[in-house]
Amino acid sequence: MSSTVTTTPPTETDLRPRRQESLSGGRKPGWVWIAVLVGAAVIGAGLTLLLAEGFPIAAFLVITAILYVLGMYVATRAMENRRRATDGLWRNLVWLAFLIALAPLVSVLWSVVATGLPTLVNNPHVMAYDMQGVTGVDDSNWIDAGTPAGELAGGFGHALVGTVVITLIATIISVPIGMLTSIYLVEYGRDGWFSRAIIFFVDVMTGIPSIVAGLFAYAAVTWVLEQVMGSRPEALQNVQMGFTAAIALSVLMIPVVVRSTEEMLRVVPNELREGSYALGVRKWQTIAKVVLPTAISGIASGVTLAIARVAGETAPILVTAGFAVNVNWDPFDNWMTALPVFIYRQLVAPTSPTAADPSTARAWAAALVLVAIVMALNLLARVIAKAFAPKSGR
Amino acid sequence: MSKRIQANDVDVYYGTFKAVEGVNIDIAPRTVTAFIGPSGCGKTTFLRSINRMHEVLPGAHVEGELLLDGENIYASNVDPVRVRSQIGMVFQRPNPFPTMSIRDNVLAGYKLNGTRLSKARADEIVETSLRGANLWNEVKDRLDKPGSGLSGGQQQRLCIARSIAVQPDVILMDEPCSALDPISTLAVEDLINEMKEQYTVIIVTHNMQQAARVADKTAFFNIQGVGEPGKLIEFDETNTIFNNPSNQQTEDYVSGRFG
Repeated sequence: MSSTVTTTPPTETDLRPRRQESLSGGRKPGWVWIAVLVGAAVIGAGLTLLLAEGFPIAAFLVITAILYVLGMYVATRAMENRRRATDGLWRNLVWLAFLIALAPLVSVLWSVVATGLPTLVNNPHVMAYDMQGVTGVDDSNWIDAGTPAGELAGGFGHALVGTVVITLIATIISVPIGMLTSIYLVEYGRDGWFSRAIIFFVDVMTGIPSIVAGLFAYAAVTWVLEQVMGSRPEALQNVQMGFTAAIALSVLMIPVVVRSTEEMLRVVPNELREGSYALGVRKWQTIAKVVLPTAISGIASGVTLAIARVAGETAPILVTAGFAVNVNWDPFDNWMTALPVFIYRQLVAPTSPTAADPSTARAWAAALVLVAIVMALNLLARVIAKAFAPKSGR
Repeated sequence: MSKRIQANDVDVYYGTFKAVEGVNIDIAPRTVTAFIGPSGCGKTTFLRSINRMHEVLPGAHVEGELLLDGENIYASNVDPVRVRSQIGMVFQRPNPFPTMSIRDNVLAGYKLNGTRLSKARADEIVETSLRGANLWNEVKDRLDKPGSGLSGGQQQRLCIARSIAVQPDVILMDEPCSALDPISTLAVEDLINEMKEQYTVIIVTHNMQQAARVADKTAFFNIQGVGEPGKLIEFDETNTIFNNPSNQQTEDYVSGRFG
């Protein structure tokens, strides 16, 4: 190694730390991690066979992961140095944490798709039909018909309608209230005691359990109907309807809309507001035509995510809209079912208590549709954010 | 269209803190006036009080009289929005509206106020303003492209075009060249020289050469210490300020002995 520094006078070489012979010196070769992984897998498989009955895949993965992380640490320590080994250890632990966090997500998606998709493919009509007139006899017959089974009776078209109607009304109520609140907070409140109080209570609202929101909406609508119709049994009978559920969902949705819109409005640079004022533009026009358009992409995606968040609520809808078996488009009249409520009811109270499989199949298919809706809304949020974002084209 | 600005004993406050004290100044129409002085001496603060932009900040207020052709803009019945439509402002950092095209940026003063313009009139305003800002030749083929796609110097000239499009009487410029390269700075300075034919121009600058190049008159602001209000020290012909100032502080500052 001293041959590479022949030109340097000897006095100077003594002062400097010794150099590595080449730039890639002291690094372990690229194939090491594969070797360690294979080794960990082999030992992991052996240990799993030895310690457990059968071959539980989860145990195998856990043992392999632990062995791999330890093996990489030892290998790096031996081939490189302690500093790099510690660095690698932490990097592997971070990756491991990420994979552990991902596991339930993938698992949920997988089981919903694997269980729900066959029903949707074989009986696509479940998305359109409702459960009107479907009895336990239909389901028993379906079981008795054996495989390949005939047409599955009924469906969750009414629940799809309910989810769309209730969520739409909740959005119509929440978005204006939430957006105007955040405009007040950012543009007019000036961090006074009133706006600080609003922020505090909005934060409290974010943490409200959804069943409490449902009870609130129920109580509020009961009170209103009793004022209008008088304290009669009819008033109480009319409380449960799609609109009450929409109110319950708004209670959950408004704080989300307020906080996301507020964040978006705060990142609009003050220079743009001042630039607008300096042209002699009034404050409300500055807000409507400069601030909101600049922030609209973030606001729209925040609203879409808020919709996705409430579309999966079960408890408040069960309390406020009851449970129906037929399609009901009218949010102000009669009970209405949403997808989560349908799933819940089909699982805990199958249409045929003795032959629960058809109900379970319908529930999984509905779950798949619900997950698809939520994912579609998330994708839509990204598309909206892209489409509305201020262009910087040159 | 160009108006005179007179300040009589103007004090500017941030909350209870007095940032600028006792400014008396008389700025003639169709002139370029430069405000110079060390950082924190209140020149930008005073500039922002001339078109009532100062009070946009929470707690900020102004005392004293500021006359625009003899009319006090701080009288109680004056609408600050009307003041700002007569006194335009160009900011330190170019701030074209990111959601608008170049054309819409120029027309922003009309569009944001909901003023209806015929296509021909709008085209005329766009061309005159962009020509006035020496930007027309560079952008005439891409008026529908976003204004944020221009270079920094072009953006600043776009902002100047935007403020002259609404035909103000006075144009305030808050260090308009501090974010620009020398070539863009030259373009803006040439523009300022042309603009004084029509407007009263007031420019805040840290660059004394720039003040010497563009200004007819120069005002020197100074501050006694931290927490003290800034004051107008001297206001005179630019030549006098730089070559033969009557105040010792001015002489120290322009000769580079401090600041």
